[in-house]
This record gives sequence, C-alpha cells and structure tokens, in this order.
Amino acid sequence: MCGIAGVINKKKTVNVGEQMGLMLQGLKHRGPDSTGYAMYGTPLKKGFVMRFKISENEAEKVNANVDSPDDLKNRKNAVDAILKKHGAKVTKQSSSTPYAFRYIFDFKGDLTDLATEIETVEKTEILSIGKGLELIKDLGDATTVSDQYGLNKFMGTHGIGHTRMATESDVDIKSAHPYWAFPFEDVSVVHNGQLTNYWGNRRVLERKGYRFNSNCDSEIIAVYIADKMAKGIVLEKAMHDSLDELDGVFTYVVATKDQLGMAKDHMAAKPMVIYESKDIVACASEEVAIRNIFPHEIKTYDPYEAEVKVWQA
Amino acid sequence: MAGLTKKTSAFDDENLSGRSQKLFFEVTEEENYTYYGNHEVDFNKRTSIDCEGINAHELNQKIRDSIRKGYGSIVIKNPGAKHSLGVGILNKLNLIFEGSLGYFGIGCIDGPTVRINGRVGWSCAENMMSGKVVVENNAGSCFGAALRGGDLIVKGDAGARTGIDMKGGTILIGGNAGAYTGFMMQRGRIIVCGDVNANMGDSMYDGIIFVGGEPHSLGTDCVPGEMNEHEVRWLEQKIKNAEIDCKVPASKFKKYVAGRMLWNYDNLEPAEKKGILG
Repeated sequence: MCGIAGVINKKKTVNVGEQMGLMLQGLKHRGPDSTGYAMYGTPLKKGFVMRFKISENEAEKVNANVDSPDDLKNRKNAVDAILKKHGAKVTKQSSSTPYAFRYIFDFKGDLTDLATEIETVEKTEILSIGKGLELIKDLGDATTVSDQYGLNKFMGTHGIGHTRMATESDVDIKSAHPYWAFPFEDVSVVHNGQLTNYWGNRRVLERKGYRFNSNCDSEIIAVYIADKMAKGIVLEKAMHDSLDELDGVFTYVVATKDQLGMAKDHMAAKPMVIYESKDIVACASEEVAIRNIFPHEIKTYDPYEAEVKVWQA
Repeated sequence: MAGLTKKTSAFDDENLSGRSQKLFFEVTEEENYTYYGNHEVDFNKRTSIDCEGINAHELNQKIRDSIRKGYGSIVIKNPGAKHSLGVGILNKLNLIFEGSLGYFGIGCIDGPTVRINGRVGWSCAENMMSGKVVVENNAGSCFGAALRGGDLIVKGDAGARTGIDMKGGTILIGGNAGAYTGFMMQRGRIIVCGDVNANMGDSMYDGIIFVGGEPHSLGTDCVPGEMNEHEVRWLEQKIKNAEIDCKVPASKFKKYVAGRMLWNYDNLEPAEKKGILG
C-alpha cells in the first residue's frame, strides 16, 4: 500500500512544493518508509538541471557500510570530471545532504552518453535531468523530506509524489519513487501496486540497452514509457498500451514538462481520486490528501478501470 | 452460457438476514425496524459535531455519547474525507454528514438513517445490517461490500466491485457502476440506472442485478433473467423513494441473475468436486 499524488496548475506558476508537501503528508499512513517528489519548475531557457545522489541514506540501517567523507568527496570529484570531459559547464551547484546534489549545467552533447557515464561512478544515480524537472527522494515522511531539501517554496506548475510502504524491495533511496524515465528529460513516474510480469519485461528492456538501478517493480513503468517515447509514441498512447502490456494491479501517475497523466489497470484494484476545476487538477490515492490543499468541500470522482487521463499545464 | 438454468425471481423464496429484513420490501419501511437493547433517542433532539481537528475515533466516540444522551438527529460538520467515520452505529438515528467521507465510512451499521452531502471513498457501508444510507455525489470502489440489509443509495456513479460479496439488502445507483459490480454476490439486489462496466455479476451465487443502461459484459455465472410485474412495481417504488431522476422507465430495465453453476458446484459430493478440480 503506497500513496501517490499529483497536481497540475493550468497556465499558472504557484508554490507547487507546498501543495505537494501537504498532499503527501496526508498520505503518510499509506507509506511511511520514504517520500519522493518530482517537481516541475519554470523551464530553463538554457542548460539542464540535474539531481543526483552518490550514496544511500544509511541513517536508519544498523551495521551499515557507511561511506566515509572521503568516499563521497572522491565520487563527487569523479562526477565533476565526467561532466568536464563531456564539455558540460556547471554554472550552479548546491546540496541539501552530503550525498545528494543539484547541478545546473550547460551542455550541447548527447545526454544519454553523459548520464550513462556519470552512473558508472560507484553508488551514483542520476535522479533526474531536465529543463524543469527536479526529482527529490529520501527516507522519511513528506515533511521531513520537504524540510531537508527546502521544497516548501518550490515555485512551478505541476508535480507528482509518492509515499512508500516497501513491499517488493528494500527501504532505500534507489527503491523510492518517483522514477525518472532515463534518458528522457522531464519525464517521471510514481506507482501504487504490484507488477507481476516485471522480470519478463525487464529482461526484454535490458536487452534493448535500458538500465535499471533498483529491483523495484515500479521502475519498469518509467523505462517502459521511455521505450515507447523513443519509438515516437505519444504519452497518452503509451499509457493506453501499458494497460495491456503491464500485468498486475496498478495505478500510476506520470508527468512530463507540461503534462500530468494517470492510468488505472483493468481490475481497478488500486485507488485514485480526482478533483478537476478550470484552474487546477489534483489526484491522489485518497481524497483526504486533496483536501489538505482544499479545506472546503469539493466534488471528486474515482476514475474507472482501464482509464487513462492526461491533463495539460 | 447456453444450458444454464435461468432463475426468474429471487423475491418470494428469499430469507434474508438483518434485523429489518422480514418486511423490508413493504413501502412503509420505517415501521419495520426492530432494535434490541439500544438507547431511546428523540429525533427532534438535534446536535452537531465539528470534525475539524479531531480524528475518526474521537468523532465516533462523540456520536455514541450523543446517542446515549438521547440525541436522535446528529449533524457532522467538516468531515474532511477522513476515513472510518460513523462506523459501528447500532441505533436508530438520523445522521447527516455535511461533506465527504474517506474510506470505510459508516461501516458495520445497523439501523441509522444516514445522509452524506458529498462523496464516499472505498468500502462505504461495508457489512451494513439495516437502515438507509443516501450519498449525494459519487461513491468509490467496493460500495456496499458484504452488505446484509438495508438500503444503500448513491445518486452519482459507483466504482468497481460495487456490492461485492453482498448477502442482502438493496444497492441503488443513480449513475453508472464499475467493473465486477455484484462480484460474488450471494443475495440482495443491485439497481443501476446507468451502465455497468465489464464482468458484471462475476461469480454471483444468487441475488438480482437490475440495469437501466447496458452492462459492458457479463461475468462468469451471470445470465439474463425475465422481469415480472411485481419487480417492475418494486423498481418504480425504490427509484421514486430515492428521489433519483432515472431516464429509463422501470419496465425497460434489464434483469440479471445467477446461472447457478456455482450453486450446483456447492451441491456436489467431495469426490465429484475433486473430479472437477483435477
């Protein structure tokens, strides 16, 4: 039982960080292990914003093989060297934790080559690369992660998020959602459910050269969407295809630079509640999450089984 | 589905459970409730409880305290779509929610009349024994799961698996219903004024589903039945009582019942069952 949520403000930039924080905190009871945000800020006119981590959050693990400050320093230096080698010029960098970084860089080369080489650095994972997408995930509830990464004042149009109750894989950052659709800039996915044909699909996608960073079944949705988009298939069609090609019980939310979408499986076994108005669309596993940003009564509905919806910013 | 025995009506021979079931299908329903060991309440004695800032447990306790004090009409303000509100009420009561409920709202109730001026989440009125519940907007999945008696009405749409495992009572849906509506239902009636999604009545043992629109597809063991005059009158009355503006006249509703394959399976000797399973 995980909690997923998404919100999109139409033609308006607002404090989407606060909106997502409130919604995800309302879903804490569905998954207290970790929380993740995929936030879409004002797109950069030039360059990319990259979020990456060079280690795990080992705070809650007993006898964990905790990385030393030197390990972290060496890995960061290695990432910097790879960026330099590919001709990427870092114009701004910051970090909220010793293991998670935010870079803004100018780059004109092949993003896939760059991202692939960066991930060859030990324990390093790119959480997201995009013009507007910033993907943040860590252990703890929504407020903990939001405070840690300073998301309370994140201005943007839309975002998706996830509160995780680990069932299929470990409690760590790499198994937390959202997942970035590597290597497509600005595409991210959160998922609630179980996929039963995960390993079969994963082997097929791995043979095509896609990378998997975790053993979490949800990761395959992001890769699956990426594979479809690589073939030139539009998001909505890819989501419709997924209903037949992914097996199991699932509801997932996907976001691109200017879209928010949701898909529900044929059994309608995982919940989703939607509120739509002319200014905003909010969806979540439970209405109580949406009500955290709309204290007054609102008219909501459940999408039916095998339904796909996509909204524009 | 060829060769299945069609059951024409489950009305006359049905022996339903729940305290108010015996005369339940008479129009004068409110005379039929019987209660045991419950508090005497005065329906003219009215109070309200604000749900803002309190959790479900605290609200449910406040409702019980009010019942003990003899309040027969209770208005709940700002329910805020919280879960498990109004559960386990075994008393005559007029209960009004001024807003939406979350999951497992008003579950395991026996007797109250509940109006929800909003929407309900998953598993509303689960295991309800008797009483009447009216939802003004939409309902989530598993609406009326394991219902045993009473009237459960939603004026908008209901989600998937509506009436799953129900064992009595009536579910009335003013709009459409989701997939697997009536899944494994064992008794009772479901009325859907609109359409029903895939696999309606899958694995149903007994009971009836009336559909004003069209079912997308029928599940295993669900077969069309024939409406009789008594059922048409009953449908008319039920829809009228619920104040639902149904565009389809009762006589045009379609009736679906169990083909009783599962019923026959239950009557098999263990050795015969083994043969089937093998």
